[in-house]
Amino acid sequence: MPTVGIKKVILDKHFNRNYTEKEFDELCFEYGLELDEITSEKAAVEKERGTDAAVDLNDQEVYKIDIPANRYDLLSVEGLARAIRIFKQEIPSPQYKFAEAPKSGLQKIIVKKQTAQVRPFVVGAVLRNISFDADSYASFIDLQDKLHQNICRKRTLVAIGTHDLDTVQGPFEYRAEAPKDIKFKPLNQTKEYTAEELMTLYSSDSHLKAYLPIIQNHPVYPVIYDKNGVVCSMPPIINGEHSKITLNTKNVFIEATATDKQKAFVVLDTIVTLFSQYCAKPFTVEQVEVVYEETGVKEVYPLLAYREMTVTTPEINTKIGIQLKEEEMATLLNKMSLKAEVVGKETLKVVVPPTRHDILHACDVAEDVGVAYGYNNLVTRLPESNTVAVAFPINKLCDNLRIEIAAAGWTEALNFALCSRDDISTKLRQPEALSQAVHIGNPKTLEFQVARTSLLPGLLKTLASNRDMPLPLKLFELQDVIVKDSTMDVGARNERRLAAVYYNKAAGFEIIQGFLDRMMRMLNVNPARADNGYYIEADENPTYFPGRCAKIIGPKGVVLGHIGALHPEVITSFGLTLPCGAVEFNVEPFL
Amino acid sequence: MTDLDRLNQVLQDQPYIEGFAQPSSVDFSTRSAVKEKDLKGREHLERWFHHLSSFEMTADTVSRSTDNFPQQILDLLASSTEFNSIELAQQWKVDHQKLIGAIKSLLANEGVLATKDVTEKRLELTNEGVQFANEGSPEFLVFQFVGTEGAAQADIMKQPFGKIGMAKAMQAKWVAVDKGTVVRKSTDVVDSTRKYLESLRLGEDVDENQKKELKKRKLISEVNIKGLLVSKGESFTTNLAKQEADLTPEMIASGSWKNKQFKKYNFESLGVVPSSGHLHPLMKVRSEFRQIFFSMGFSEMATNRYVESSFWNFDALFQPQQHPARDAHDTFFVSDPAISTKFPEDYLERVKTVHSKGGYGSAGYNYDWKIEEAQKNVLRTHTTAVSARQLYQLAQEGFRPSKLFSIDRVFRNETLDATHLAEFHQVEGVIAEKNLSLAHLIGVFTEFFKKLGITNLRFKPTYNPYTEPSMEIFAYHQGLAKWVEIGNSGMFRPEMLLPMGLPADVNVAGYGLSLERPTMIKYGINNIRDLFGSKIDLDVVYNTPICRLDK
Repeated sequence: MPTVGIKKVILDKHFNRNYTEKEFDELCFEYGLELDEITSEKAAVEKERGTDAAVDLNDQEVYKIDIPANRYDLLSVEGLARAIRIFKQEIPSPQYKFAEAPKSGLQKIIVKKQTAQVRPFVVGAVLRNISFDADSYASFIDLQDKLHQNICRKRTLVAIGTHDLDTVQGPFEYRAEAPKDIKFKPLNQTKEYTAEELMTLYSSDSHLKAYLPIIQNHPVYPVIYDKNGVVCSMPPIINGEHSKITLNTKNVFIEATATDKQKAFVVLDTIVTLFSQYCAKPFTVEQVEVVYEETGVKEVYPLLAYREMTVTTPEINTKIGIQLKEEEMATLLNKMSLKAEVVGKETLKVVVPPTRHDILHACDVAEDVGVAYGYNNLVTRLPESNTVAVAFPINKLCDNLRIEIAAAGWTEALNFALCSRDDISTKLRQPEALSQAVHIGNPKTLEFQVARTSLLPGLLKTLASNRDMPLPLKLFELQDVIVKDSTMDVGARNERRLAAVYYNKAAGFEIIQGFLDRMMRMLNVNPARADNGYYIEADENPTYFPGRCAKIIGPKGVVLGHIGALHPEVITSFGLTLPCGAVEFNVEPFL
Repeated sequence: MTDLDRLNQVLQDQPYIEGFAQPSSVDFSTRSAVKEKDLKGREHLERWFHHLSSFEMTADTVSRSTDNFPQQILDLLASSTEFNSIELAQQWKVDHQKLIGAIKSLLANEGVLATKDVTEKRLELTNEGVQFANEGSPEFLVFQFVGTEGAAQADIMKQPFGKIGMAKAMQAKWVAVDKGTVVRKSTDVVDSTRKYLESLRLGEDVDENQKKELKKRKLISEVNIKGLLVSKGESFTTNLAKQEADLTPEMIASGSWKNKQFKKYNFESLGVVPSSGHLHPLMKVRSEFRQIFFSMGFSEMATNRYVESSFWNFDALFQPQQHPARDAHDTFFVSDPAISTKFPEDYLERVKTVHSKGGYGSAGYNYDWKIEEAQKNVLRTHTTAVSARQLYQLAQEGFRPSKLFSIDRVFRNETLDATHLAEFHQVEGVIAEKNLSLAHLIGVFTEFFKKLGITNLRFKPTYNPYTEPSMEIFAYHQGLAKWVEIGNSGMFRPEMLLPMGLPADVNVAGYGLSLERPTMIKYGINNIRDLFGSKIDLDVVYNTPICRLDK
C-alpha cells in the first residue's frame, strides 16, 4: 500500500480548511484511507540518521497517509483533496476537457520500428500555461515518483518523462539505438555521456542503479529526440538536462514510454487530470499525436475517456445490504466522483471519469455506494442459510491424537515447514533425500531452501535450543511434511506425520517404543503380525544407529515409518550431546 | 517415594525448598538432616546440598553442637523470659540461619513458642573485607613483602595487593621509596585493619572512627538482618512429644493416629510439579478458533497442500500477472517441481479471457496473459488458494449455501523481524450464499469476534486485489487506547466467481486474520520467534495457561 507524505499546511491549503488531527483521521477512515503517522522532515531524518543530521531540517508537521493500491488518483495532494472535497460535497466533480489544438497543429511523436524490441509503446500530452509554485512543483515531481514505484512497477511497465516544451521543438522521435550511439547531457550533470558511459556512471547511483537492468541487456536503448536532435529522455533511466522543467516552466510536455499500454493510459490520465488544475484554463489538456512509422497507425493521447456503465439498484442494494432508491444512490455515487443519473426504473447510468481507472466492474460501483453510505451505518444481519459444520477428517484425527500424546507426557513442538538442504540430507545422513524434496528457487536464506521431508530436524533443533532444560526432554510434532508426487497436479503433496524424540542420558529405546505402542493403542491397533495389527522389524536406516533401528509395519502390511536410537553423527550434527530415541511415522493410513 | 526423593523432585524445579530467590532457614535446617550418602542418585538434592555450603559461616565461628538446638532453645527459655535470635546467635557463636531453622522447627508444635519479627542493622564484611580478614590487609602484605632487606617497587606492583597496598603503606609511613626500592620505615607494625575486620566478623564492637574508615574502603557494609524475638508460648514445655511426619497405613489400621501428634504442613511452599506433556500455545489457540468456526456452522477445508500453482494461488483470484505480490521478493517459487500442467482447460480459458479482455461485466486488465506465469509452482501465499479450489468444486457439484474455514500455514518470502516470519498461520472464513451482503458479513464478524471477547468493532473500506467491496476490521484496544486492525475481508470479485461457473446471484465473502498475532497478544509474547519455530523456550510451552479467547 503506497504512502504519501503531505505537509499539514499544504493539506489545509488544498482542503480550504484546517482539520484537527482527530477530524482528519476520522475522515480518512470513512473514505478508506489511513492516517498512518504524523511526523516532520526533521523527525523522519532524526529517526534514521540521528539528531545531528537533522539540525537544519524543517519541523513542520507532515501527515503520512496510506492510499489504497488501486487509487492512483489519490497519490498527490491535488487528487486527494479534490476527491475528498467532492465526497464532502464542497465542490463539484470537474469535467476534464481537451484544449483546442494550436494553429500549428498537435505535437507529434514519431515511433521508429526498432522500439518494438525494447519498449514498444509511447503516449504523450501537453499542459499549457501552467503556473507552478515551489509546493506544486515538488508535488508534480513526487507524483511521478509515486507512480513509478507503484503502477509503473519500478519503471518496468511505464516510465514518465516531463519536459519544458519551450526548450525543445516537435515533432519528436521515439527511437531505439545502440548505446554507443546515444550521447547527451543527462539531468543534473555538466557534461555529455554516451549511454554506455551512463550505465557505468549510474551503476553506483543509489537511486538509479535499480532501473539499469530494465534495458541493460538489450542491444538497443530507447531514446526520445526532438526535431533538432536534442535528447529529451532515455527511458526508463533518465531525462536530458536540456529540457528539464523548472519553477518557471510554462508549457509541460509529458511523455510516457511503456511495455504495458493500458498502464501507460492510466499513468498519463492520472498526471494530466491531477495537474491540469494549475493550467490557465483549469482541467484542460492539449493532446499529442503518436504516429507508428512502420504501420502508419496514428493515435491521440491522453484518452481522458469517460466510460459509461449501467447498473441496477437491486444488484447494488443486495450486495451492500441496503434499500436505496435510484436518486439516493445517484447522490451517493456523485460523492465518490462518479456521475450517475437515473435512466429508468431501478437503473442508473454511471459515468466513470478518467481519474477512476480502478472501476472495472459494477461491483466497484457497489463498493463506492457502500463507502458513501458508510460501512458502519449498515444494519447487520446474519447469513440466511443454515449450514452444518464438518471437520476435515485428518485434522479431527490429529487433534484427538495430540491430546493423547500430551497426556502420555510428551510436549508439542511446532517447527517450520521450510529448512535447509543440509537439515534433511547430510545432517540426517540421508543424501538421497534431496531428490524427494520440494526445492525453493528463490530463498533469501539457507533456512528456506527446501520443504521438510522429515519432522526430525525440527525436533532436534528444538532440543538444541533447550539443552539446559531438565532431562529427560520428550518432544513431539504432528504436522505435514511435503514430498514430490507426480500423480498430483502440482507434482507434490503434503503427508501428515507424527514424530517424537526422547532425549536423555540413555537412548531409552524401550521408552520411545512405549510411545509407539501407546499411540497404536489410541489408534485402536494392536501389536500383532496380522493384517489389522502392527509390529516392528529390524531395519537399517542411516539416520539411526546400526542395529538399533526398526521399521514400523502397520495394518495391511504398510510400512509407516521408523523407530530407533539416532546415529551419533546425527546427534552431533544438530549440536546435541546425549543419546536420543526417535520415531517418525505416517498417520494418514489411520484415516 | 521417600521424603528424600520428594525433596529431590522439588529441587528439580526450584533452587530452594521454599522458592527461587534465596535460601530460607528451612533449607539450612533440612540440610543438617541430610547425610552425604543420601545424595547419591539424587542430582538435584546434591546440587542444592553443595550450593548451600556457600552460605555457611566459616568453621571457626561454630563452637556449639547444632544437634539438639531445639532442646537448647527450650532450656534457655525455661530459665528466662525472651531472647532475640540475632543476639543469641552472636552469644552462642552460631550461624543465625541455623538458629532460625531450629526456632521454626519448634513452631511446628503449636503454642510452645511465641515469636515476633525484629530487624537489626548489622555491619557485614564485603567480599573484599572477608579476603582482608582472611589474608591480611594489602598494606600489611606490602610491609611483609618488603621485609628487612627492601624490595623493588616494580616487583611489589606485580603483586595482586601491590597497588592498593603501596598507597596505604606509604600513607601510614610504614614504608618509603628510595630510587625505585621500597624500604621499611617502621620496625614494628600491627595489621589493625585485619584485626578490626576479624572483630566485626565475630560480632564484637569496634570504635566508630574505625568503622567509618572501613566503610570508606568498602570493606564493610550495613545490612538489615531479620530475626525473631522469641518468648514462651501459651503451652510452653521443655518436653516435646515426638511428632509424626505423616499418616501411615499402619496408623490407620491400628488406630494409633488418635494418640499421635503430627508435624504441621508448610502451606507456604509449592507442591511437587507433576510430570506431564504439554500442547503448543499456538495450537491451543488454533483449537479455540476451530471450535468457534464449528459453533457457527463453518466446515473445515482440506488445506493440506502447501505447494500450489500460480494459477490457483493468483490467476483464479483475478490477481493480474504483474501484481507485486507475484514478485520473487514476496513469494517463494518452487524450482522442483517447477510447474503444474494439469488444469481444468475450459475454466483456464475463461480465466485467461477475463484477465486479458474482460467479460462478465468487467473491463478486465487488458494485458497479455501468459500460461507460463500461471504454471509456475509456488508455496501458497494464502489459504484463499484452497478456497478458490473449493468454490470451483462447489460450482461443478451444483451450488449449495456454504460456510467454510481453514487455519493453516501460508508462506511469504519476507524479510524476517520480530513480527514477521516466512511462514505463519492464516485463519480464513468463507461464506457463499445467494444475495449475501456486506451487512451479513458484518453480522458474522460481530458474532465471531464476540466469541474472541472483542465487542467494539468498526469497519474501514480498503483495497484487496480479489475482493470488492473490501473491509478492514478494526477493534478498539483498551491498552493502546486506539483502534487496531484485526482482520481483512471482502466479497470475492465477480471476475473470480463467474468464470468458475457459480450462479450470478451468489455472493461469496471471505475474511482472514493471522493466528500468531492474537496468540502473541493473548500470551504476552513480543517476538514471533519465541512462539513459532525451533527457537521456542520450552518453559513457555510448559507454562502457558489454557486458551479461552473470551477471557
